[in-house]
Amino acid sequence: MKGEIYRVAGPVVTIRGIKPKMYDVVHVGHEGLMGEVIRIQGDKATVQVYEDTSGIRPGEPVVNTGMSLSVELGPGLLESIYDGIQRPLMVLQEKMGDFIQRGVTANGLDRERVWEFKPLAKNGDSVKGGDVLGLVQETENIEHKIMVPPTVSGTISEIKSGSFKVDETICVLSSGTEISMMQKWPVRKPRPVGKKLMPNRPLITGQRILDGLFPVAKGGTAAIPGPFGSGKTVTQQQLAKWSDTDIVVYIGCGERGNEMADVLNEFPELQDPKTGRPLMERTVLIANTSNMPVAAREASVYTGITIAEYYRDMGYDVSLMADSTSRWAEAMREISSRLEEMPGEEGYPAYLSARLSEFYERAGYVRTLEGQEGSITVIGAVSPPGGDFSEPVTQNTLRIVKVFWALDAKLAQRRHFPSINWLTSYSLYTQGLADWFTENVAPDWVPLRDHAMDLLQQEAELQEIVQLVGSDALPEDQQIVLEISRMIREYFLQQNAFHPVDTYCPFDKQYKLLKAISKYGEMATAALEAGIPMKDILSVESKDELAKVKFEEDFQSALDVVMTKMDKEFAQLGGK
Amino acid sequence: MTKEYKTITEISGPLVFLEKTEPVGYGELVLINLPDGTTKRGQVLDTSADLVAVQVFEGTGGLNEESGVVFTGETIKLPVSKDMLGRILSGSGEPLDGGPRIIPEDRVDVNGASMNPYSRMPPEDFIQTGISTIDGTNTLVRGQKLPIFSGSGLPHNEIALQIARQAKVPGSTEEFAVVFAAMGITSEEAQYFMEDFEKTGALERAVVFLNLADDPAVERLITPRMALTAAEYLAYEHDMHVLVILTDITNYCEALRQMGAAREEVPGRRGYPGYMYTDLASLYERAGVIKGRKGSVTQFSILTMPGDDITHPIPDLSGYITEGQIVVSRELHRKGIYPPINVLPSLSRLMNSGIGAGKTRDDHKAVSDQMYAAYAEGRDLRGLVAIVGKEALSERDQRILEFADLFEDRFVRQGRDEDRTIEDTLNVSWSILSELPEALLTRVDNKYIEKYHPAHKSK
Ligand SMILES: Nc1ncnc2c1ncn2[C@@H]1O[C@H](COP(=O)(O)OP(=O)(O)OP(=O)(O)O)[C@@H](O)[C@H]1O
Ligand SMILES: [Mg+2]
Repeated sequence: MKGEIYRVAGPVVTIRGIKPKMYDVVHVGHEGLMGEVIRIQGDKATVQVYEDTSGIRPGEPVVNTGMSLSVELGPGLLESIYDGIQRPLMVLQEKMGDFIQRGVTANGLDRERVWEFKPLAKNGDSVKGGDVLGLVQETENIEHKIMVPPTVSGTISEIKSGSFKVDETICVLSSGTEISMMQKWPVRKPRPVGKKLMPNRPLITGQRILDGLFPVAKGGTAAIPGPFGSGKTVTQQQLAKWSDTDIVVYIGCGERGNEMADVLNEFPELQDPKTGRPLMERTVLIANTSNMPVAAREASVYTGITIAEYYRDMGYDVSLMADSTSRWAEAMREISSRLEEMPGEEGYPAYLSARLSEFYERAGYVRTLEGQEGSITVIGAVSPPGGDFSEPVTQNTLRIVKVFWALDAKLAQRRHFPSINWLTSYSLYTQGLADWFTENVAPDWVPLRDHAMDLLQQEAELQEIVQLVGSDALPEDQQIVLEISRMIREYFLQQNAFHPVDTYCPFDKQYKLLKAISKYGEMATAALEAGIPMKDILSVESKDELAKVKFEEDFQSALDVVMTKMDKEFAQLGGK
Repeated sequence: MTKEYKTITEISGPLVFLEKTEPVGYGELVLINLPDGTTKRGQVLDTSADLVAVQVFEGTGGLNEESGVVFTGETIKLPVSKDMLGRILSGSGEPLDGGPRIIPEDRVDVNGASMNPYSRMPPEDFIQTGISTIDGTNTLVRGQKLPIFSGSGLPHNEIALQIARQAKVPGSTEEFAVVFAAMGITSEEAQYFMEDFEKTGALERAVVFLNLADDPAVERLITPRMALTAAEYLAYEHDMHVLVILTDITNYCEALRQMGAAREEVPGRRGYPGYMYTDLASLYERAGVIKGRKGSVTQFSILTMPGDDITHPIPDLSGYITEGQIVVSRELHRKGIYPPINVLPSLSRLMNSGIGAGKTRDDHKAVSDQMYAAYAEGRDLRGLVAIVGKEALSERDQRILEFADLFEDRFVRQGRDEDRTIEDTLNVSWSILSELPEALLTRVDNKYIEKYHPAHKSK
């Protein structure tokens, strides 16, 4: 049956003459532009088209593939950069140059590349979905497990060993089913897992305010909302660089081209702190920038999470950053308004909240089908209009995620980075992770951190008084509180992502830094009680020197020098 | 062969609807022949087997159902040539300067295709504008999009012109050009720009597109696309470094809103279309540098914030797309400071890649961070002083308060023709930072203090 275009209005095309199913992928027009059926009404169907539709006319042909939008999963995903519908941008560049033309198809996985397959399963084994058939060394540190597709099971009648292309058969089941190293999976459907588990290990990010005050668990969800220029992208990139995960999926969803170019430039040069290998070797990038078609932007988030699920199924810890989920929501809104659907709050479709929760629901710490443990941590940036968190995307997201890192324009303006507000942010994992921290960081880490949070809270209250009477009018013990909290903010919370040393702070260093500040606090309080004048306590030189130790290559010796001096200075004051 | 249709069924605002056509392509250029013999141009917005909607650029005044409609079969194209330099064109690309028509070397779709992110080269070449608040604290680099967020009656035009005059990449002699597009500004304002271009000889190296306040608003939707197409052509085909000045983005967005209303779309925030982010991105993202090509497109556009409100959808959505913003402040302007740039809400996101040893100077980042921190604190203290008086401040706070004044007076303030080198800018910075106690310079590594602090340098 041959279909044809009835109407073209921007990225939305109405077709007639064929009877597709919902979400079927169709090719429209003489150039075969790719699109997805999003509404069926009588003899017509509406298609969102992933490419520019300029010049396309009614009457041009339409072909249905009968398949839903799927990604190709197999060796070769790592180190790739894709657009929102998994076309490799490198291949697009080879095929059509520096500007993206339309009507070009490209496979997600390279069909020519040969991989060395080492079987683990044997003839006669009975296998089910998710079982590992064998291994491929995808990058230096990542062993790619070739799994039985989730919907397949049976008894192995033949398994091969050696070099294969992704679409060559490496295993045959007695039913005759042939299995290759590549599987396809529809992006809008979550891949099945054995069981969801409670997240109980932190994602260590090397960012002091995140690890220290508002940790996210592996398999957890976090949102990072903030006005423009407040640090969403830098924070997400820091997480992509320094988190202790095995795999990173980074989605540039409706954001800047230069930011993606930056990642592409930097990641091959930077080292994974865990393995010492180039970061790119553990990374998959999806770049559907703001000027690329909106329908493909809508799909990019699904493409990304499906790839993340695939690596999770191998038993890896995956983290996924989506920058920005607001642009994804806007893509939904744009398509919805072209469909003349009934608009909900601020023009967003009524299903916004459902789509957001379905997406975050794909995060989690799980037992895989095969019985391994794997996780996907999802961190979504949110870009609220006017920086106003009461808008629908922020509000709907906050109802779902467990960690809220609230960016604050005021902090960004004074170059307090990361400009995460320590009073309004929260993590619902703090309690659940306490045991882990006590065991793995230091027995006194939890009380130390709680005390720091308490001081910051006190500071906020004192600041209100200072605004009325000035700080000199406060009692001396409260002035000490102000000073220690200033130190916590400036020495501990502030962290420069662009400083070669400070950009990544191991947990041990975080602990020592906070401990040192707390030590000054104790000595200062004691000195005050011993009757030492406030002015002398504040002019202890080592206190100011503590500001810079975090930048030192040799942190430990720099800290030792400062702390020895601090002991000496306080001894001279006669405090202790 | 091109057939003329006389099947208009409805004319509504800038839109014309007609039926019983052959299949017409989406986005196609349309010519409309009026009964009085004039021709207007338009673009297909919606096309189906039964009905076609056309948006008319020059406005629908004078149109009636007798008008003939011709579909050209192609999208809107700009004839481009290196000879465009020195020319003044209308907002839709027709010569306005009495000169001959441009003999095209090529005809290019004005919508431009999106640059493949994989082909982009991260911008990193420092552009010295000679203005300290930009070079020192919000550095511009080649291929960046960095708009001026201003307000009505503020000297944004002077600043833009000063930058157009002074901008250079130190040590480089490569060819540069300016593409200037006026969108809905007054003829007086346009004149101001043209005179300065002529006086300084910049016109020879410029392409000017003029859509003035009394030109049709719909044309404004095409003008910046024409300008960017010309810019890309000069940059990528003729290896030039092009500075694009679009003014005023706000007028462009108003035209977009007007069109949305005419199409009876569901409006988004404050009546602006829901797709305004995507639409603006299709302009701003046309800045950049491509791997393996010599030229570049840098955008320095002007946007006046309605009601000086940075959270208004126009500056807000722009800020989410551009790589920072230079914010002009009414408060500083009232104080008589030129250029009245408030560095606190200003930002250049690409600054880090354009500065440092070998590019500007090793201490640049630290100096900038330190000045920001101290100035921000100083401004807060001003608020406090107004309530509790200066005496209630600690010694430390008083010094910081004084720093804020020094910063505005010596760093921000400069002459309209004062072209400071980056060395000048950093030296001014150190001279004011040295007025602070050294212990307060917590953002600056000791090695830079030893190297550049006047108290150490002289020793
Ligand atoms: N941790 C940090 N260390 C140093 N600088 C930072 C840090 N975080 C943010 N910045 C600075 O803030 C600028 C803006 O940050 P970023 O680009 O991440 O903002 P954003 O919230 O993603 O904005 P948008 O919504 O417009 O994309 C950066 O270019 C950088 O200069
Ligand atoms: Mg960002």
